[in-house]
Amino acid sequence: MIVDLPHYLLLSAVLFVLGFFGVLLRKNTLVIYMCLELMLIAATIALAAFSHFNDTLDGNVFVFFILTIAAAEVAVGLAIIVALFRKRGTVQVEALNHLRH
Amino acid sequence: MANLLFYFFASLALVSAVLVVVSKNPVNAALGLLLSLVGVAGLFVLLNAALLAFVLLLVYAGAVVALFLFIIMLLDTRPEQQKPFQRMTLIAATLGGALLVVGVLSLNQRAVLTVGGAPGTGPTLKHYAEQLFTTYLLPVQLVGFLLLIAMLGVIVLSKKSDQAEEGS
Repeated sequence: MIVDLPHYLLLSAVLFVLGFFGVLLRKNTLVIYMCLELMLIAATIALAAFSHFNDTLDGNVFVFFILTIAAAEVAVGLAIIVALFRKRGTVQVEALNHLRH
Repeated sequence: MANLLFYFFASLALVSAVLVVVSKNPVNAALGLLLSLVGVAGLFVLLNAALLAFVLLLVYAGAVVALFLFIIMLLDTRPEQQKPFQRMTLIAATLGGALLVVGVLSLNQRAVLTVGGAPGTGPTLKHYAEQLFTTYLLPVQLVGFLLLIAMLGVIVLSKKSDQAEEGS
């Protein structure tokens, strides 16, 4: 059985949903952030696969942009988490409910 | 051979992604993310995008995961004790799983994925440069601007908490 576009799309979907479950089910902000990265990576697989099997370059260029945005996002997000930890002393999401009241 | 490599890298990416989601210790999760990235980079090589695989490993494994590990050790969080999930979370999780099943089934049955001819030899660095500096010139500049803003934002965020600590 030859590996084709649907295989890559299926892998991308499964990886995305794994990241989604991680975001939903985990309580540690850092791990939630890693799962967000996992979702971004899953999207890049789909883009690269479409690009390869249609013999264009657009998908690959978009993967470049996604990587850049992800790097910027990680820098800002981790700075926010560190600031949050300094203020509250925890990174568990249940403890971070001060906007609720 | 290529099929075998696909299955190897795909299972590597998936298994270590599961490790990211289930491991109690954040350090293990970060290392799982690293392994998952290696698997995805292998897939990129199989997709004739070796440059992307290189950039992925450089940016993600080199910078992002290292930053994650650094922050985990800086914050020194204890392994979490998992509390029972709320009902809303469980509903959302089942909904997500159901969406995946529906999506995969419809992809298998309905989707007409027209593949435009046999894939060529793959793009070279010159092709990327041509695209990035002609068609995508404006997005490239915008992304550069965004990186600058993100850098400034990180500096401001770190500075502010310092001042707050000094003031209190």
